[in-house]
Parts: sequence; structure tokens; C-alpha cells
Amino acid sequence: MSLTSYFMEATYLLASILFVLALKGMSHPETARRGMFLAEGGMLAAIIGTLIGAHIVTWGWIIVGLTVGSIIGAWMAVSVPMTAMPQRTALSHAFGAFAAALVGVGEFITHGAEMGVVTRGALGFEVMLGALTTTGSLIAAGKLHGIIHGKPIQFRGQNAINLIIFLAMTGSFVYFWVHPTAIAAFYTMLGVAFVFGVMLVIPIGSADMPVVMSLLNSYAGLAAAATGFVLGNNVLIIAGTLDGFSGFILSVLMCKAMNRSITNVLFGGFGSVIATASAETGGVMREISLDDAAMQLAFANSVIFVPGYGLATAQAQHAVRELAELLESRGVTVRYAIHPVAGRMPGHMNVLLAEANVPYSSLYEMEQINPEFPSTDVAVVIGANDVVNPDARDNPNSLIAGMPILEVDRSKSVIVLKRGQGRGFSGLENPLFFKPNTSMLYGDAKSTLNHLAQAVQRV
Amino acid sequence: MNPAVLIASVYVFALAAFLGYQVISRVPPLLHTPLMSATNAISGISLIGSLVLAGASNTQVAHILGCVAVTTATVNVVGGFGITDRMLKMFGKRKDESKTAPASGASK
Repeated sequence: MSLTSYFMEATYLLASILFVLALKGMSHPETARRGMFLAEGGMLAAIIGTLIGAHIVTWGWIIVGLTVGSIIGAWMAVSVPMTAMPQRTALSHAFGAFAAALVGVGEFITHGAEMGVVTRGALGFEVMLGALTTTGSLIAAGKLHGIIHGKPIQFRGQNAINLIIFLAMTGSFVYFWVHPTAIAAFYTMLGVAFVFGVMLVIPIGSADMPVVMSLLNSYAGLAAAATGFVLGNNVLIIAGTLDGFSGFILSVLMCKAMNRSITNVLFGGFGSVIATASAETGGVMREISLDDAAMQLAFANSVIFVPGYGLATAQAQHAVRELAELLESRGVTVRYAIHPVAGRMPGHMNVLLAEANVPYSSLYEMEQINPEFPSTDVAVVIGANDVVNPDARDNPNSLIAGMPILEVDRSKSVIVLKRGQGRGFSGLENPLFFKPNTSMLYGDAKSTLNHLAQAVQRV
Repeated sequence: MNPAVLIASVYVFALAAFLGYQVISRVPPLLHTPLMSATNAISGISLIGSLVLAGASNTQVAHILGCVAVTTATVNVVGGFGITDRMLKMFGKRKDESKTAPASGASK
């Protein structure tokens, strides 16, 4: 081994250590940013190490790629609004996975003939995972951005067709594995994997996106780890595995927060059914005037805001913080209750509220805040629906039965900010809206909150 | 890949998985979005594989594939780290505010 190769390996080891330290820093908001600087340093070291030690002969393509990629990446980092974070992350998964798939194809073209059986197996995994994550993430990003309709796309025999596609993909993989010269099998696998990614995500509704995002995160990481096996490169294995497991842990957490299994999310096509289970709730929804709502809030001792995806679509995060500050200046205790699957990706609401300068000490997780609702005067639900649906707790026949909820219905009074009288994404009836202590305030969340703030000032 | 290298790689994989589990299960839900964005940026490490493909291989097709891979991986790395930092900055500025908040509350 030459000196430069040793240097390269040393930078890889350094990068691996720094990545782990960076993720360790993520355990607290105070240390997280410093941790990410370490990760950035690790990445830079690995890149420099590669450029010095990997016997690079042509620089043109590298310089073009690095320049174009940096420009696009920097533009995305600066310009993407926080409300668009889920689709940006999905797009980023697609980019990362596509790179892994391309490296796999390139590796096949250059060294395919001399590959051993293990390397070929890893290459197959890399290319399959990379390809299906690319298209799957693009579809997810499209759904999140509203280019593709958020409703699950389903048709008869869908699971059977998906099974056939899956078998075609794994079949061509096995064939390529056994017959290293079968170039056609390799490209069939690649093509079918692209199709499979699309098929995997189209039947999934927007409300299940937190799980899908986490899974795609996991696949993108595992594709990178498989690349590491192909190239015999440990830093790729380590970084990819960290990403893969992070995504996996998040998917499990998200599924738990919905009381559903991963298979149910992937193949259940949730949200397509108009539920009849609780449709008999009936009753009337009581509307409240802005001034009455403002009065209630202004004279409350404690208020809990419960944000949902509606907060993100209305971009109402600043408006809610202004109202909260106004209430706090009147001596009202204000807290925020965050459900794990509120929004479209894990932690979505926290980021939005952080953007609006809401102190993270007033953001509460479900387990912490649920015991507080009975002693709370007003719970304000902003564009959240399923995560506050008492049917999940009370009605064993409900589609979301068993899903842990924020128990806003136990507070003394509830004000629900809602765009209209329609149902949420899952199409479920929400008995919360019909409870005697619930009142509805219709309209765009942002302007409603602004008007509420003005009304509170007048009180 | 010879068996010794394979076994070493599997060790690395298993230990990284274990370490990842230990470290990541300590991340609070508050930071789940930055976590996803950060791990995504870190997995942009496939950039180093792309660099080798773009610069050190000997066929034109591999160069072009490598160039595209370098581009997308760089987008992932630069964009991912950039946006993670933007998010964490928002979580970080809380510190001084929580100090001033009780003071302003007391004055009223």
C-alpha cells in the first residue's frame, strides 16, 4: 500500500468516528449543531482523502460533478422553506439512492467480469435498493409537494401485480447472481427495481408519509452500505448502516405512534376507505365566533396548542407564536402538544415551531402532555384531526382503534381551527368535533390566528 | 472479495448497526427531522464511491455515470448538511430566549 492509500484510509477512519460523534450530539438541541460540524469535517476529510489516495486520473468529470452538485445543493439548502422540508428530504433520499445505484452500474461495467459471488450479491442489493428508493422517493416527494394527488392510488389486483414485479426483480437478481455474464438480467433487475419503487409508494396515502419517509431513509442508507460491501470500503458501510438504522428506528417509532404494522402501512392502502364505523356519531358541530374564542383564551389559566399538518399548509407557525406570546403576556400558561406523527415526517411540527421561535421548552411530547389536559382550560387544535380523534381510544371498531392520541377532549374546552367541515386525510369522522365542550372555528388557520390575536388585544 | 475481508466487513456492518441503534435511540422526537436530514447527508458518503468511478475508471461510460453520481451525491451532501444546519440553528437560538422570557413575564 502506498503512503497516499494509508492517508486515504486514515481519513475514512476519522470520518467514521466523526459521523458517530455527530449523531451522538443529536441527543440534545444544544449539542446538535456542533455535532454536525464534526460530520461536515468528516465528510470533507473523506473527500480529500479520496481525491489524494484513489489514483484519480481524469479530473474533468469530478470537477463538473462537484461544482454542479454544490450549486444545486447550496441553492436547495438556502431556498427551501421549512414547510417544504418533507418533500426536500424525500428528494434528497432520491438523489443519494440514485448515486448509489449509478455507482453500482458503473462498478458492473468496469469490474463486472472479475467480481466474486459475494461482491455480486452486494452489487445486486445496492442496485435494487438504490433504484427502488430513487423512484419511490420521487413519488413521495411528488405527493408531498402536491404534484401527485395525495390520495392512495389503488386498483384491483394491485398486491398481486406488485408481487409479480417483486418476483421479477428478485428473479433477475438471482439469475444475475448465478450467471455473472448475464448482462441482460442485470439491466432487467435495474429497470424492474425502478418500477417497483413507484408501485411501492403510489398506494400509500399522505397521512402515512412519516412511515414511508423513514423507510426510504433506511433504504437509501442500506444502499450506501451495500456500496461499501461492493467496494470493500468501511466508511461507506459505517455511514450507510448508521443511516439505514436511523431510518429503521424512525419507521418503528412512527408505526408505534399509529398502532399499525409496517406491512399494514405498505400494503393496507389506508385512507382510501370512507369509514362507516363511527359515522353514526351524528350531532351538530357548534361554531364559535372569533370574539368569543378570543375571550375564552384571554381569560384562561392554561392553554395548549395542538398543531397538525394544517398548520404547515397554512404556514401558520408564526401566527400561532404571536398569539401565544400575547396570551403569555396576559399571564396565561401556554404549551404545545406534539403528536409523533403530526405532519408529514417525523418531527415536522417541531421544526416549524422552532422556525417561528417557539422555545423548545414549551413543546411537549404526547406522554408528557396527556395527563395535563384535564387541568387545561382551552385546547386549541390547529389543523390536526386523526391525532386528536377520541374514536381511536373509545371505539374498538374504528379504523384507527388503538392509535395513541392527544387527549384534548379531556380538557375543559376545545377550540378546533379547521379549514372547512370536511373530513381529514384518512376520511374518518371525528367525534371530537361533536362533543359539547368543543367549538369550531372555520377558516384559514393563519388568518384565523391573526384575527384571534387582534381580538385578544381588544379584550 | 476474499472470505477474510468479507468477515471483517460483516463485523463492521454489525458493529455499526449496534452503535447506530444505541446512539440514535437517544435522539429526542424534537430533533427527528434534523436527524433524518443529517443521516441522509451522511449517507451521501457514496460520493467517495462516485469520485472513484468518475476519476479513476477507464471507460467513457463509467466516467459519465460517475459524473452524474458525483453530482447527485454532492447535492445530497451539500444540501443535506446545509439544511440540517439551518434547522439546528433555529433550535439553538432558544437558549438566550428562554433566559429573557421569564424576565419579561415577571415584569407584567
